[in-house]
Amino acid sequence: MSTLSVEQLELQAEQIREDIIRMLEHAGSGHSAGPLGLADIFTALYFDVLKKDPKNPSWEERDILLLSNGHCAPVQYASMARAGYFDVAELMTLRKLGTRLQGHPERTKLPGLENTSGPLGCGLSQASGMAMAMRMNEEHHRWIYVVMGDGELDEGNVWEAAMFASKNKLSNIIGIIDRNNIQIDGPTESVMPLEDLKGKWVSFGWHVIEIDGNNVEAVIDACAMARAIIEKPIMIIAHTIPGKGVDFMEYDFNWHGAPPNHEQAIEALHDLRTLKGKIRSEHE
Amino acid sequence: MSDLKLANIIGKDLKTEPIRTGFGRGLVLAGKANKDVVAACADLTTSTQMHLFKAEFPERFVEIGIAEQNLVTVASGMAAMGKIPFVSSYAAFSPGRNWEQIRTTICLNDRPVNVVGSHAGISVGPDGATHQMLEDIAIMRVLPNMVVIVPGDSLEAERATQALAEDSRPSYLRLAREATPIITTADTPFEIGRAYIYHPGTDITIISTGTMTYQALVAAEKLKKDGISAEVVHVPTIKPLDTTTILASAKKTKHVITIEEAQIIGGLGGAVAELLGEYQPTRIVRLGMKDHFGESGKPDELLEHFGLTAKQIILHATHMVSE
Ligand SMILES: [Mg+2]
Repeated sequence: MSTLSVEQLELQAEQIREDIIRMLEHAGSGHSAGPLGLADIFTALYFDVLKKDPKNPSWEERDILLLSNGHCAPVQYASMARAGYFDVAELMTLRKLGTRLQGHPERTKLPGLENTSGPLGCGLSQASGMAMAMRMNEEHHRWIYVVMGDGELDEGNVWEAAMFASKNKLSNIIGIIDRNNIQIDGPTESVMPLEDLKGKWVSFGWHVIEIDGNNVEAVIDACAMARAIIEKPIMIIAHTIPGKGVDFMEYDFNWHGAPPNHEQAIEALHDLRTLKGKIRSEHE
Repeated sequence: MSDLKLANIIGKDLKTEPIRTGFGRGLVLAGKANKDVVAACADLTTSTQMHLFKAEFPERFVEIGIAEQNLVTVASGMAAMGKIPFVSSYAAFSPGRNWEQIRTTICLNDRPVNVVGSHAGISVGPDGATHQMLEDIAIMRVLPNMVVIVPGDSLEAERATQALAEDSRPSYLRLAREATPIITTADTPFEIGRAYIYHPGTDITIISTGTMTYQALVAAEKLKKDGISAEVVHVPTIKPLDTTTILASAKKTKHVITIEEAQIIGGLGGAVAELLGEYQPTRIVRLGMKDHFGESGKPDELLEHFGLTAKQIILHATHMVSE
């Protein structure tokens, strides 16, 4: 558990956002909106929530984090580097030949990754298998956090897992949906409507918590509440702003799959520094 | 004759049993040998013979329901926690429907999941083309890291299942539905990656897998009476292919026939043609499904209809040797 204050965590999230902008500019390709929107959730996870040991990534008692929407890898890489899994300088190798930081995460390449993802819809099923195995192994105090995109929920595989985890009451699964309302072809509600999203999960037998996903403290509190629920698997619907922190990217689905060029990166970094970690304030 | 301690397949001693039955027994033995062996099924537990494992180890069996994508991804997660999962359905559905999940979460992710596809091949019979999985060998063989096993009888399926439980690679195990002649004995060797010369010969090589190895052996016996010495190479491991044994036999006989209950495109025939084409061009005839689907009918009628019989092997062998 973290010894960082909320203010320190917010500054850490801003640092991770700056890393994301630099990585994407340097790589010349990749996804901007999702990783920026997820920075607060990943800060909460890597700097407070997860039981982990960056120097011993395969520690047997660690919590598991699965990034199901693998295209958001930059936010995971930046968080891992800042949390001490590897040197921050390596972030600039993103998407380059020979890198451990593949365009989409590959478990076998980078210690600390728990899955290989990119094709959508698999994370919740893998979490379910892990939870079943933990039950067989009588490991009752490990949690599995699964970060998913909202567009990802179009995949049928997700709902197969939703039924399975509910049937088996896999309460050590804590799903986090990045509810940013965008996917590649446009707003989720015009591409393939997800609402009533909370109602869907409730009807599948999940305990649902809705939060402001750009509020680090809210994420930490929701995860703590989720760990206390033992009757059902838990889904946190985290409302986030895509491109959060960079004015010209926010809310714009065109930034889902694009990186900033040099000038845009300078402007983005300026935006982020101006915020000085104050992203939370507008939600209050 | 071969020294592989095969069964006597000529005469009234011949016994038959579905290949999937051997899998069911083998899985129980694997489960007894290692407590980390687990099983999951997509609503076909008795059909795929997993009910034997479920009865023995109920706490290590997971019912998935009719959800083949979830079947293999749940298995990927179980393997991540140290389990050795076997997951079964009909081959038409798994690996038919969930190929991408197998590719990403098992092969690329390098998790030792054993995908078991039952009711494969044309001999599924009256259920028709939808359920006659013929493309599974091709779509599994093309995946990096994947081992592909097609046992020739129930006893070999039993041994293969135990061997796969001890192997750390992802695998696909292909099973047939119908009772199949038992051509091996408890003492016949099986090793992943090995092909076996079940009938030595010098004039022509018949390379077979799965249920077709029995047909190849029958053909070889008949051909002997006609003065043609046929070598039967049984290939239970399609991948990694035993290139040494196949190349040596083809070099010796200079004529090759392949036979399988699957599409020759990408199947055993495809694998052997690729090998010979690159390393040792050899006259080859490939028997199997030739870029078309099956249809309803009795298993024997279908095998006859699509030319998957000893008779067809004999016709082609006789013609090739006389060319
Ligand atoms: Mg989205």
